[in-house]
Amino acid sequence: MDFLVFLKKNMKNKILIPFTAISFLFIFFILYEGLNRSNVYTPETVTNKKIPKFKVKVFDSEKEITSKEIFENDIHYLLNIWASWCIPCRDEHPYLMELKRNKKLEIVGLNYKDKIKNAKNFLDELNNPYTLILSDVDGTVAIEWGAYGVPETFLIYNGKIIKKIIGPMNEKLFKEIEKAIK
Amino acid sequence: MKILNLLVIIILLFNFNVSKAQDKNLNSKITKNLRCLICQGQSVYDSDTEFANSLKLVVENKIAEGMTENEIYELLKTKYGEWILYDPVLNQKTYILWALPLLLFLIGGAIIFKNLKIKKN
Repeated sequence: MDFLVFLKKNMKNKILIPFTAISFLFIFFILYEGLNRSNVYTPETVTNKKIPKFKVKVFDSEKEITSKEIFENDIHYLLNIWASWCIPCRDEHPYLMELKRNKKLEIVGLNYKDKIKNAKNFLDELNNPYTLILSDVDGTVAIEWGAYGVPETFLIYNGKIIKKIIGPMNEKLFKEIEKAIK
Repeated sequence: MKILNLLVIIILLFNFNVSKAQDKNLNSKITKNLRCLICQGQSVYDSDTEFANSLKLVVENKIAEGMTENEIYELLKTKYGEWILYDPVLNQKTYILWALPLLLFLIGGAIIFKNLKIKKN
């Protein structure tokens, strides 16, 4: 009888020990893998998505315009989301002024959750690089674009977003845009 | 007649409130399942960032337009990717995630069942 109990216990250990070991290894592996994986949202910057369809108010007017009317010509467009309260927007402004000189490109501004007076002051102070400014008072148009903050810039050609810049533009990104337009 | 008119008005008001309340419930249900991309770890429902507030408004508008819950998820998925949803979608990458709890439950159940049978014997 004692022998039987001993055998039973031993059998249990035979299953239990490897089972525990495998479980630990499995958990260790999953946690270890998780360490190397970034959990921070990193949006894709190269897209080939169609531009969203929307209707939006033109800045400082009551006129409404559709996305089709805005991007109708056969040139490159740059949609820049900006606000007067956004500090990085000031940093990227000189690059936009520089891009304005390029005749193959039209820069459209989307004024994000801003006061008209403040936005006007911003442009008076730093000059206006935009051929058209749209007004996004409640931020819903920016969501349609898949944006999640200011500044954000989209390079558009033929009704498609060919490049997306999150955050302020810099020398490198500026050159990339110039290259893409050529 | 007056009473009838009053009754109709009351019924209409009541119905209107119910539909509004349902919209609101759906709105919070959806925004609770959306990840705030600015302050990760918080849902859009809990967050008070500019992004989250705009997204709440977008969801509200889409519900008013008559979109269903799944249609709204699909729409946001095309804009921000699957990451925006808290509930992971069932696909090749996630089937273990979905099946594991069920498997563990079944294995655990089997062990308990077996032990009970042994005890009875």
